[in-house]
Amino acid sequence: MSTPTKPVKTTGRPVRALVLLAVLILGLLATALIQGATSVRLGLDLRGGTSVTLQPRASNDSNKITSEAIDQAVSIIRQRVNSLGVAESEVTAQGSGTNRQIVISVPGDSGRRVVDLVGQTAELRFRQVLAESSALGGTGAAAATPAAGVSPEINAKFATLDCTNTANLQGTGADAPTDVIVACSRTGASKYILAPAEVLGQQVSKASAGIDQQGASAWYVLLTFNGDGTKAFGALTARVTSLPSPQNQVAIVLDGLVVSAPSINEAIPSGNAQITGNFSQLEAQDLANVLKYGALPLAFDRGEVQQVSPTLGADQLEAGLIAGALGIGLVFLFSLLYYRALGLITVFSLIIAAALLYLLFLVLGEAIGFTLTLAGIAGAIVAIGITADSFIVFFERIRDEAREGRSLRSSVESGWARARHTIIVADMVSILSAVLLYFFAVGGVRGFAFTLGLVTLIDLLVVFIFTKPIVTLIAKSNFFSSGHPLSGFSAKSIGKSHPTTTLEA
Amino acid sequence: MAKLSGLGGRLYSGETSFNIIERRKRWYSISALFILASIGALVIQGLHLGIEFKGGASYTINKPSVTVEQARASVENIGIPGEVIVQKIGDSKIRIQTGSLTPAESQVVENALTTTFSVPAESIDTQLVGPSWGKEITKKALYGLIAFLLAVMLFLAMAFEPKMAIAAIVAVIHDVFITVGIYALVGFDVTPATVIGFLTILGYSLYDTVVVFDKVRENTKSVAANSKMTYSQATNLAVNQTLVRSANTSIIALLPVAAILFVGAGLLGAGTLKDLSLALFIGLAVGTYSSVFIAPPFLAQLREKEPAMQALAKRVAARGGAPVVADVKPARPSTGSGPRNQPKRRGRK
Repeated sequence: MSTPTKPVKTTGRPVRALVLLAVLILGLLATALIQGATSVRLGLDLRGGTSVTLQPRASNDSNKITSEAIDQAVSIIRQRVNSLGVAESEVTAQGSGTNRQIVISVPGDSGRRVVDLVGQTAELRFRQVLAESSALGGTGAAAATPAAGVSPEINAKFATLDCTNTANLQGTGADAPTDVIVACSRTGASKYILAPAEVLGQQVSKASAGIDQQGASAWYVLLTFNGDGTKAFGALTARVTSLPSPQNQVAIVLDGLVVSAPSINEAIPSGNAQITGNFSQLEAQDLANVLKYGALPLAFDRGEVQQVSPTLGADQLEAGLIAGALGIGLVFLFSLLYYRALGLITVFSLIIAAALLYLLFLVLGEAIGFTLTLAGIAGAIVAIGITADSFIVFFERIRDEAREGRSLRSSVESGWARARHTIIVADMVSILSAVLLYFFAVGGVRGFAFTLGLVTLIDLLVVFIFTKPIVTLIAKSNFFSSGHPLSGFSAKSIGKSHPTTTLEA
Repeated sequence: MAKLSGLGGRLYSGETSFNIIERRKRWYSISALFILASIGALVIQGLHLGIEFKGGASYTINKPSVTVEQARASVENIGIPGEVIVQKIGDSKIRIQTGSLTPAESQVVENALTTTFSVPAESIDTQLVGPSWGKEITKKALYGLIAFLLAVMLFLAMAFEPKMAIAAIVAVIHDVFITVGIYALVGFDVTPATVIGFLTILGYSLYDTVVVFDKVRENTKSVAANSKMTYSQATNLAVNQTLVRSANTSIIALLPVAAILFVGAGLLGAGTLKDLSLALFIGLAVGTYSSVFIAPPFLAQLREKEPAMQALAKRVAARGGAPVVADVKPARPSTGSGPRNQPKRRGRK
């Protein structure tokens, strides 16, 4: 009834499994070398940079949030971001269907520029000016005189509009082209009543930045209209030249704010227009790019803007690495104290797992643009524990079997058969949670879920093709099978004090 | 350490046994108490939400010479609406948090900070969060939670048995509840990193429960045929047999988390690492408790209601007394139906 005497059946072929592991590691290494990946791609929170998350704004006008509109917005924003020329910038949509956010990551310190560039809808309109006044609202001296031919509501709105209030300088882009509107200038210095739009942004075929040859450093944006645009702009300019000021001005309105409102001295039939407005070179170039790639089909809210300086990034990377080293060191120490020589197998298994993880980071960085973030590092560290758990489940099972009076070699095989089920089910739960976290989350959480899932997969692999084969091999050695005090299999450490009383009939 | 291993052996054979299943009322009461305290804390104090959920702006300046008072004065001079929180982080950093700001207002604050402290704008770490953003991530986290619970329940029902799935989910909900309650009680900041922590606990707590249930499944497979132990007794033996394993896996899982907590709180002061590891640390501890003291008793209770199991309990009683001894006492040997009376391990490969 006590020890089964049937010959030990070794499951699997331990040496073959170890060769497979070696091939796998070499294969990953070779892939990384061929790809030319030498270092893990770091996320913005580890090397500094700006990330902006844009959320489609639900508005009541014609701009419905559709999946196509979001796709289109992503491609327009991508073009704008690429125009910055910063390497490894990324524009992605995260989430599913219409419930998606657009995440823009740009490394380096171009912070504010990125935010401005991607956030604006860039809805360009040319409108005739009906009235102009200085910025303040209310009934002060600067209050506007009502303009003729404009509804009293618009006049009232115009009178109260306060362009010194920053809330009115947001650039909402919510102006309907067919309405008479009131608008502030971009600088907040003046306010306008504007006629319905006569030329629209989509009638612009080209935009470029240029510098005024005569002026000292006056940058402007040169627009070229398409056929319709040329006709419409020609007609607009021809009509207003003869009108008295300010009705002879044409306002160039971008996202609901007046960029400039030049007086038109003669009709412009050529199909070209200049936007001036105290631009710096960068501003002029960015504006030209924004106009060139067209307006976004949707308005967006900035959900989150995060700007991490390179110093903080380096600090966080260092902290993550220290935490990882400390965590893995503690696990090593515990394993060795508790499992003695068997603990060494845990140590080696974890080292193999870490090597596989590092190689996968390298390969995936090149293959699918995987970047390691702080949350990702945290996921990997947390996963050390989950990985080591598999070894404990296995080792404790072997001890259980040994307690029943089996030989070590027999215990390893029957313990493995039972531990395998536990490990697979437990790891499946862990992978399930990682996959769901990945699909339901935005930004940092995804990085965490990705590494957590990846490490759990590696854990399964290592247990099957490293830990188990190694334990099978060492079980043959005298040191372990005789129950040496340091082996972790001594009668004392597994508590096998009454070897004959395991079962009663 | 060797002592603990020795205990593992005695627990395995049944020589030493903790009466965990029979005393379930005690564990239920302890948990009920905690859950009531959690509800109380949630209702009275609520959760202390970070700016990611409320909307707001955060600026971190790394300059040792700056004092909290200077930073506060500099921001308050601008006249930003709402509350301004200024904190010292670590040795050299100042963090300023305000309410929701428009990009233009944020620019003003940034400009003020660059001039007051003469640092370049690029070296200020900023985070701007729109007011509706929090709703979006909360919604996503909730969807994730629901999808997770359903998926896991299905999976466990297939891998084990439906009643084990129910008991495991009850334990998980118990864990999340108490962890969130502790957050409300102590007033720790809840950030997206904290939420990641909460969600990870789900997976981890289940991992522990799975390890225990796998042994329960094994011990109870032929329990009805043997008529030596009731379902509860077989479950209790399984819990005792996996006790050392549960303790070890929990310690090993807690060690790296403790390392992140130590480094995150110590070196960085605040942020992703600290928030994440704190939630994990608390959750793992609660999860270990529930995988031993909540999930198995609950499972035994569910199964004991089945007619087959009640019949089994009658048969075992008829055979003369409970074979599981009182807790922590060594077994009295040679009583015939002694404590080492574990299910026969026949039918293995």
